[in-house]
Amino acid sequence: MTQSVVVQGEDMEPNCIGGRITGLKARAVLVDMEEGVLAEILQGPLRQLFSSTQLISDVSGSGNNWAVGHHTYGSVYREQIVDQVRRAAEHCDCLQCFFLIHSMGGGTGSGLGTFVLKLLEEEFPEVCRIVTSVYPTAEDDVITSPYNCVLAMKELTEHADCVLPVDNQSLVDIVGKIQHMSHTGKPSCVIKKNSTIISGQGGWLDQMFSDAFSKEHQLIRADPKHNLYLACALMLRGNVQLSDLRRNIDRLKPTLPFVQWNQEGWKTSLCSVPPVGHTHSLLALANNTCVQFAFGQLRERFVKLYRRKAHLHHYLAVDGMESAGFSEALSCLSDLIQDYTHLECPLMPNAPRLSIAT
Amino acid sequence: MSIVSLQVGQCGNQIGHELFNAISGDCNGPNRKTYSECSNERFFHESPTGELVARSVLVDMEPKVVAQTISKACKSGRWRYGDEAYFSQKQGSGNNWANGFCVHGPRHKEVVEELVRREIERCDRLAGIFTMMSVAGGTGSGVGTYITQCLRDMYPQSFIFNQLTWPYGAGEVIVQNYNSVLTLSHLYQLSDAILVHENDTVHKICSRLMNIKHISINDVNKVIAHQLGSVLQPAYTADSSGYYSRNPIGELLSSVVCHPEYKLLSLCNIPHMSSTSLAYSTFNWPGLLKHLRQMLIASARMEEGIDWTVSVPSAVTSGGESGTNSRQKCFNVSIANLLILRGKDVSTAQTGKLLSNICLEAILKNVNSFSAWNSPVPFNGYQKSATLVSNSQSLLKPLDNIVRKAWDMFASRAYLHQYTKFGISEEDFLDSFTALEQIISSYTHL
Repeated sequence: MTQSVVVQGEDMEPNCIGGRITGLKARAVLVDMEEGVLAEILQGPLRQLFSSTQLISDVSGSGNNWAVGHHTYGSVYREQIVDQVRRAAEHCDCLQCFFLIHSMGGGTGSGLGTFVLKLLEEEFPEVCRIVTSVYPTAEDDVITSPYNCVLAMKELTEHADCVLPVDNQSLVDIVGKIQHMSHTGKPSCVIKKNSTIISGQGGWLDQMFSDAFSKEHQLIRADPKHNLYLACALMLRGNVQLSDLRRNIDRLKPTLPFVQWNQEGWKTSLCSVPPVGHTHSLLALANNTCVQFAFGQLRERFVKLYRRKAHLHHYLAVDGMESAGFSEALSCLSDLIQDYTHLECPLMPNAPRLSIAT
Repeated sequence: MSIVSLQVGQCGNQIGHELFNAISGDCNGPNRKTYSECSNERFFHESPTGELVARSVLVDMEPKVVAQTISKACKSGRWRYGDEAYFSQKQGSGNNWANGFCVHGPRHKEVVEELVRREIERCDRLAGIFTMMSVAGGTGSGVGTYITQCLRDMYPQSFIFNQLTWPYGAGEVIVQNYNSVLTLSHLYQLSDAILVHENDTVHKICSRLMNIKHISINDVNKVIAHQLGSVLQPAYTADSSGYYSRNPIGELLSSVVCHPEYKLLSLCNIPHMSSTSLAYSTFNWPGLLKHLRQMLIASARMEEGIDWTVSVPSAVTSGGESGTNSRQKCFNVSIANLLILRGKDVSTAQTGKLLSNICLEAILKNVNSFSAWNSPVPFNGYQKSATLVSNSQSLLKPLDNIVRKAWDMFASRAYLHQYTKFGISEEDFLDSFTALEQIISSYTHL
């Protein structure tokens, strides 16, 4: 799960508060089938949060092969992973959720990551599983990444309660924008990395809400406003009042198409404590049909390789991997795309209510 | 006679606290010794050191609100909750009725039953169990329904009276309409009567009548508590012959719930105003009663914006056949009403004349469907106040909205997997929809 860990490390670096967190250990299990990144973390600014007993690593990597991560390493490290997770879980008073962070393109994150997801379902069936999946860019240098992504997506569809897809290209774009802004040095500009929002300090609250729904601020490359919202959660932190929230929902609602059966599909939350270094932040989590296009492109890239059976033998050589796995993963993805398409034309518009004989 | 209260979920606990606060404050006024004694016996027991302890059990699946409620009550200095009369967990029900009803409820059945049993055994005589909960979330609605079911089994002969808070129409919780449908359909089989407060109407009372600028949940809860208190505080009834009634819940039910098919009660209360304007206002009984009567027949929930053009259709006044055709469209048909007057010169109020002819007696011939209680003690700071508990069509519209929205969602199978996961199947939903459509139909065809 190389990438995600690195992303997290970078994000938190500027806000590191050093000595004050010495007594705390992250409720986390870090898994990688190489040693480099984990070693970096243990020497990095967040080293105090982790101890080496929380790490599970190997030396040889998964060679960008989902099957190696999922089947080979899965069976080798199964016991060890369950053991570590159980130990972390036993430290919780009230375990609510597992939060899995991984990438889709490589071998370890996608293969072993989705194996861990399945393990969590087996071992802790009542605890919900939320997954953040980082998708590779189309120009990814890993040639087999479409295979890895599609194989992993089947597992996510079947075993995750909720998936937050993140497109690497969107992250790159946002980082570029942040760098551009900090170099041009706009006065009073505060940049919020964690909240996906870039917004000004001092009363630009409404702009922050508008940004959260604009194409430029999405974590996947898609335009939610031109697609259908199934539901949307808004999480506000810092100096924001309930009235600000209601006002902005009322203001934006006419521009946001919501599915007919969930016209009031908003979930909101307020926390008066802002993220470190900011006055306020907004996180908008939306279930929107715009994801189907990104998935459609991914399917095209998969089919291009799969039609020629390119690189298939690398996968099929792995114990436990069968060729049917590919066609099943493909049809699973197609179904998912279709499900999202169907939502745009309602199945039963105005279903008649039950009538009572009088 | 004593009432054992049950506060379930965040909303139930907050309203319960406001209710006990209003009641204990009301009893502290001047010239009301008998009244206070009666009220105290009804809602509190005395600790060995002489403190008033609420006859109430607090239940929530989160720790925060229960802890806050208990500590706020302690700080009041007038009353407190029992030391071991609460039960909370850490996880919450995630706004999911099925999680509350199928998981948390059964898991904590014994503990909660034991808490309620202890409170009940402390009463010399039990007037009934009064449960406060919301229908929108997961704990109040799901766990509350489950507990009501257990109590119905344990105490088949006791009165069980539920107060429900209905969510804002514009939405607090995405699945609020599912949770509402499941709660209402189940409670209708279990509870003796269901008293409903809609957040939307209470919110309007806060903004229009009480002139509160930034309305908090607290303000809304205070109004609900005031209205509940005005019903539950001691009063003289027709049967009580000069003493405060000994059987408040039983008499309430026998006056307004005259048929098991109809048990949705709504409340209106006048006046409501800010404490500053209260000091400069005077009221007379004929004025209050005139307003209240029009609020009832026009189904207005507050004094402002009453439609004065609605009148009692002639078919009802003449006592003849009340065919639906002859009835005015916006006339709110009621089955039974209970009027409660509190304050100065209450004996001079001519209740009978003003409230006659408004009830539907065609289907309930020979049943006295209008009752009145009174008490000369001014309630909660109001020199005169009038409350009407009515079993009428006025909840039909909001109920129909809830069912329609839930049905739209159900037709698309949205969020259903979150319920089936905990054991509520599509058939269970269909049963609930059927039950509610039946209730809607019954009230519509009055």
